Amino acid sequence: MTGHSTSSPRPAPGSRGLPLRSLLTALGVLALAVIPVMAPGLQLLVNLALAKGLAVLGVTVLLRAGQVSFGHALFFGVSAYAGAFCVAALPGADLVLVLVAGVIGAALAGLLVGLFVVRYRGIFFGMLNLAFSMIFWSILEKFYHVTGGADGIRLDRPTVLGMELGRGAFELVLFYLAIALVLGLGWFTLRWFASPVGQLFQTIKTNETRLEYLGLSPRRVLLSGYLLSAVLCGVGGSLMGMTQGVVTPEYVWWVRSAEMVFIAVLGGAGSVRGAFVGALIYEMVRVYASAFAGDIWQMLLGAFLLVIILFAPGGIMGILDGLMRRATPARAPARTKEAGQ
Amino acid sequence: MTTPLLETRNLTIRFGGVIAANDVSMRIEAGRNLAIIGPNGAGKTTFLNICTGWIKPREGQVLFEGLDITPLPPRKIVARGVARAFQIPQLFTEHTALENLLIAAAAREGLRNPLQNLHQIRQRDEMMHLLEMVNCADVAHRVVVELSEGQRKLIDIAVALALKPRLLLMDEPTSGVASSQKHEVMEILVGALAQAGVTSVFVEHDMGIVSRHADEVAVWNTGRVQLRGTPAEILEHPDVIRDVIGEEIA
Repeated sequence: MTGHSTSSPRPAPGSRGLPLRSLLTALGVLALAVIPVMAPGLQLLVNLALAKGLAVLGVTVLLRAGQVSFGHALFFGVSAYAGAFCVAALPGADLVLVLVAGVIGAALAGLLVGLFVVRYRGIFFGMLNLAFSMIFWSILEKFYHVTGGADGIRLDRPTVLGMELGRGAFELVLFYLAIALVLGLGWFTLRWFASPVGQLFQTIKTNETRLEYLGLSPRRVLLSGYLLSAVLCGVGGSLMGMTQGVVTPEYVWWVRSAEMVFIAVLGGAGSVRGAFVGALIYEMVRVYASAFAGDIWQMLLGAFLLVIILFAPGGIMGILDGLMRRATPARAPARTKEAGQ
Repeated sequence: MTTPLLETRNLTIRFGGVIAANDVSMRIEAGRNLAIIGPNGAGKTTFLNICTGWIKPREGQVLFEGLDITPLPPRKIVARGVARAFQIPQLFTEHTALENLLIAAAAREGLRNPLQNLHQIRQRDEMMHLLEMVNCADVAHRVVVELSEGQRKLIDIAVALALKPRLLLMDEPTSGVASSQKHEVMEILVGALAQAGVTSVFVEHDMGIVSRHADEVAVWNTGRVQLRGTPAEILEHPDVIRDVIGEEIA
């Protein structure tokens, strides 16, 4: 009738190789879980990478709506400082309380900033986020008596379910908590992407006019995802603060925000797994490159990103997906295009 | 006198020196298919834009079921039962045809469960039926950007119908469709509208389509409704032949 296409439906992105991908994910998680036993020297590094990966996941959420934030370290820092203030006000506060305080702080900051920035798109959206993060950075630097200025404030070790743990035990708890949060929040984000509200959020990228003519406010739809991204960054910031035991204005410095975008692109823009894979690789390269090539490690990272953008725009996950597709025999075309990776 | 489904009172709007609507007052009764015809730049699309809240008139009112909707934004007008299909289909191009409809259904029902999969919502069968109604069931799982213009037009209209509107405003529903397929597309559309009990207003340039598928025709010229009547009355009117149809058909 109206010129139907004759080609077969497009296979779902990543629909081939799904069992292989799940298997690799399970192996990856298992490899992480045995690090404290098999390679204890990597535990801290991986813990920091996972915390950073959660924040990158927040940036990834926004990328699904076609928006780039250059200031998401704001929520990373707000959450870490909220946790630090919580411990300062309530000595011996529990880890869960510190985490919750951080998340509430990030969510409130996300709501306040979000209500303003969701009016804008593209470069204006990105730069306004940067502006808010730098305003907060200035506050942290200047209100020395409250924030400790450039030195930051200590985040004393919280108790764990009422128990005071030694440093080693606490770090172990934090490590497994980070893995649990990565798995839980990664799973939730994938489900959210595939849900009606997540799908509506992703339509911001393609057609806001239709969204308005579906009876919805594009700003409100964008705000829903913005809040999720702020909370994810907040969880990462809380974990980072507790892992390092000190919170400084560097947490919200623009370089931190740029680093999140860098890792998101490196891992695979819009990919949930890519956020964590990217963060792990980035941290490894950063630590080892700075140890063995102290003067040029930033240049190496920059060159690496250039290669990724030019030759593998799908990022590391795009490369891995391609390899998995080649390794998995083609099946019947998928019925639907699946969301999330 | 019964309340019309849609009524405009003294709508006026200018864009610089161009008068797109000049004191337009018209009533659209429920259950009719009204075609709007007129030369390019006559203000037909502007009229649809005003009725759906995209553009605000300088003067005048738009009433839907007797309620003033003039100051409302499009999303609030949509919520009251007015849907819109566009000359250039407004779809989510990275989604499949079915997903476009499922998203519309989710918007209509206010689905907010973050753990429910879009493809598993209760309205899936209803949306598949809608795709069948517009003869696009076979492309349900294709990404919209891969479809023909005619298919995109039909899906754009199906998305609007997914909102269960009482009034559907369509801007050139057959433009971009191959001439040989225009009547077929329109047959499908009018059938789907009748089945869903939806009143329609459509802008159209093809007089063959108008004469066959409209119950009523309004002739638009320089921002005014110049004439209104049945297709037979309008398409034989000398002013319409001179100003709109032109010598080719006359």
